[in-house]
Amino acid sequence: MAKPRVAKKSPIRVLIAKPGLDGHDRGAKVVARAMRDAGMEVIYAGLRQTPEEIVRAALEEDVDLIGLSILSGAHMALFPRVLALLKEQGAGRIPVFAGGIIPDEDARRLKKAGIRAIFGPGTSLEEIVTTARSLARRTA
Amino acid sequence: MTEGARLPAAARAIVRGDRIALARTITAVENGDSSADRVVRSLYARSGRAPVVGLAGPLGVGKSSLVSALVGRLRALGKTVGVIGVDPSSPFTGGSVLGDRIRLERRPDDDGVFFRSMASRGAAGGVAAATREVSRLLDAAGFDIVLVETVGSGQVDVAIRDIASTSIVVVVPHLGDEVQTLKAGLFEIADIFCVNKVDLPGAEVAKRDLAELVALGGGPSGWAPPVVGTSTVVPTGIDELWEAVVAHEGFLDSSGERTRGERARLSSEIVGLASDRIGRDLTRRLEAEPSLRRLLDDVVSRRIDPRTAADRLVHGSRRAR
Repeated sequence: MAKPRVAKKSPIRVLIAKPGLDGHDRGAKVVARAMRDAGMEVIYAGLRQTPEEIVRAALEEDVDLIGLSILSGAHMALFPRVLALLKEQGAGRIPVFAGGIIPDEDARRLKKAGIRAIFGPGTSLEEIVTTARSLARRTA
Repeated sequence: MTEGARLPAAARAIVRGDRIALARTITAVENGDSSADRVVRSLYARSGRAPVVGLAGPLGVGKSSLVSALVGRLRALGKTVGVIGVDPSSPFTGGSVLGDRIRLERRPDDDGVFFRSMASRGAAGGVAAATREVSRLLDAAGFDIVLVETVGSGQVDVAIRDIASTSIVVVVPHLGDEVQTLKAGLFEIADIFCVNKVDLPGAEVAKRDLAELVALGGGPSGWAPPVVGTSTVVPTGIDELWEAVVAHEGFLDSSGERTRGERARLSSEIVGLASDRIGRDLTRRLEAEPSLRRLLDDVVSRRIDPRTAADRLVHGSRRAR
């Protein structure tokens, strides 16, 4: 048996996806790029993903973190569904954060439901990367 | 260790079809985590069953779309598929954007497909250091076919050859004239040439140039790589591409090339693994053992040359004094 190798610093793996019928992916791309530049491995799942597809991708890719981007207004239907499916699949430990156009009242309810952080328009990339990193660390 | 009943728990879970255990073990292999060591060792005996089909070619030629089309074809044939999509890591930050999944179209409840994105993490040649062992895990997990999509390759990115039983080299029209096809590297590894985007003008010229290359005579195996035209916009040639893979896999068996190729690949894998270990050991000793540190000092002060120092390092510290 070989001596256990010291694990090299392993990069944070994050899934970035846009759930539902929503064609605006510029924000998701900007965030994906910023996370790449912060040394993370970003699995970019892209547009029009169902909650089922997102959860399946998260499990197969063994991600530390999931970021959902939404501008369609369907967040109150789609985000809780993602959280429920994760729990159902035994992956409730994976933190989920979100970005997009989400009214404050909805944001409060989504946070209560288990979305760990919500970033509205104007949030700095630095804040998103720092928060993402600390969310991923706590579960690693 | 005898395999079977004595498999570690994670290995048993993978064989049972536990996708989370598979995904976590892949992560551990990628990270060089010692927790994966026993799992990888114990599952080796269960690999070697699935054809491993590699897709290589420059960026943007449609490798991801072809993978998606092949997955669709294979599912229609009732075959299960494990896919590895490799994308580059940044040489500056180590980060990466892995976008090969974006093209994948499948039913979200289909357990017959497992797709894993993988960053190259500094490895040259078009695949990651862990790609070979991960393709073996997918094989041991029971997937009928393993597809490996390489990093968009340059002319010398031929590492897929060490992993795949069938390598498909994908090009598109207007990549260059027929002299490009003569150049060493990527075009040498093709078991199948795929001219994708045949709906674009220039496809016939590209196919003809490749056919002429093949007609010049091939490698020692006696296999003449077929040239297949495909399109994923108006799905064309996907069945033919898969049939070409099946034909090549059949040739490997009937000609004895499979065993010969496997022996060559495994020999280089063993030597590679052993070399890594010896290299790490020598590095550690050169820094830690007093007599060897003096050897290094002597090279620094130009008393002996690096080649002589290497002789002494390899032949033991006894002669280094």
